[in-house]
Amino acid sequence: MICQDCKKREAQVHLTQIINNEKMSLSLCKECAAARGFHSPLENMPFPLAEILSGIGAKMPSSLTKAKTEGLACKQCGLTFDEFARLGRFGCSECYTTFRESLQTIMRKIHGASLHRGKTPGLLETDKDSQPLPIREEERLEKQLSKAIEDEDFERAAEIRDKLKTLRGELSVNE
Amino acid sequence: MFEDMSKSPAAWLTGKGDEAMVVLSTRVRLARNVAGCNFPPAADLETKKRVVGYFDSTVARSKTLADGFYVKASDISDLDTNFLVERHLVSPTFLNGEMTKALFVDSTERVSIMINEEDHLRVQALSPGLDPMGSYDLASRFDTEIGHYLEYSYDPDFGYLTACPTNAGTGMRASVLIHLPGLVLTREIEKVISYITRSDLVVRGFYGEGTDVLGNLFQISNQNTLGITEEEILHRLENVTREIIEKEAGARKRLIDEAADMIEDKIWRAYGILKHARVLTSEEVMNLLSAVRLGHALKIIDFLDTATLNDILLISQPAHLQKYYGSEMDNIKRDFVRAQMVREKLREREK
Repeated sequence: MICQDCKKREAQVHLTQIINNEKMSLSLCKECAAARGFHSPLENMPFPLAEILSGIGAKMPSSLTKAKTEGLACKQCGLTFDEFARLGRFGCSECYTTFRESLQTIMRKIHGASLHRGKTPGLLETDKDSQPLPIREEERLEKQLSKAIEDEDFERAAEIRDKLKTLRGELSVNE
Repeated sequence: MFEDMSKSPAAWLTGKGDEAMVVLSTRVRLARNVAGCNFPPAADLETKKRVVGYFDSTVARSKTLADGFYVKASDISDLDTNFLVERHLVSPTFLNGEMTKALFVDSTERVSIMINEEDHLRVQALSPGLDPMGSYDLASRFDTEIGHYLEYSYDPDFGYLTACPTNAGTGMRASVLIHLPGLVLTREIEKVISYITRSDLVVRGFYGEGTDVLGNLFQISNQNTLGITEEEILHRLENVTREIIEKEAGARKRLIDEAADMIEDKIWRAYGILKHARVLTSEEVMNLLSAVRLGHALKIIDFLDTATLNDILLISQPAHLQKYYGSEMDNIKRDFVRAQMVREKLREREK
């Protein structure tokens, strides 16, 4: 639908006004709606994902992204990094492994962090005996921590240290 | 389907619960995917059917899931689906798409599980009033139970893996539906929204993502899902919501102090239209109801209760109205019948 005022741009704001019992419907583009003084309190809400993903190619140093993502496609579902940047959706869980290195940067932009600290899935009924999961997790994180320090990725090192602290707190409670 | 359900209030709109005069409801949803299956947007029909099959056997084996109803999208009419959307048991996007979707709702109608929406599973719990922790505990109990039968896609670094990276980690979105007429009338709402945004929370309209503000109802939810624990997210949401409730109370007080006559007039006019009108659209009801709800909270209208207002709000929605009267109606007929329903509900309270 075309804007009723400027008759040029696409109408994005649809209003119904009742003045003196007369119903009036308006379809306007954002600019003309603003000119008439209508605006939604929500219209300035940021939409972070689109911005972040569209900015990936442009704003991130090409040495970081290009080298890591060029020609990379998920083995499981075939999604390429460019497709992901366009769609904003992954095809399968394997994508997280395929794009792991660039994902840490992306996750930090979306969430301000790149390491999960919340709930972990319970064990399946079939493998209830393989209990010492937290200890294996501790070892894995320690290895990651040394690697992050080696790479001088201190932001990540700090995240891992926090996660280790939480994990060790939980371990001592369980003992 | 669901005719009986339409006669009873939704479990999240009983008007009970903490701060229920301002916070209508709290919702927590957890996004989960089944290991080894492509996410629904990239999955073929076979894969999606397989996921439904896994969930079929989970429902068959789990005691927690024994009580409730489980339906396939192919067995639900469009009207039924709209009814479920209005009841917040499924998201509006549950409407689009093919027949490989399914829905479980527990017997208390507080927990719903959507299969093959954007993620394989969306486990959601609803509570009346402000109750992030209680809602999470409920959702998490079902999530843990399902996790005994299904292997979730999980990565130690990125947590629960989801189709959209904005959900990864906890996979949790916690939200409150809050009524803020005072802040809208005093034009402080934009300041408050920018404050909410700075607290890493997001504000949306009545039905969530991409919807308009109707009836001064706002939905506030967490923005981030990774690198933060569920408890931290829930506490932040609860604390910020309590601050907003206080700001709303301040705005209402100023309105009464500075423009009592104007506000009383606005409230009674709204009540008058609801009480006597013969034709009402659902948007009109939502907006008028907002003024009446304010009047009830300010004790200007003293014979109403929150549950009745919530009831009218819900039954005014198009699909509910048709279920309530047990017949399909076009929108002209609906506007007429809606006005009748509102008159009856209000008359009951005046007695």
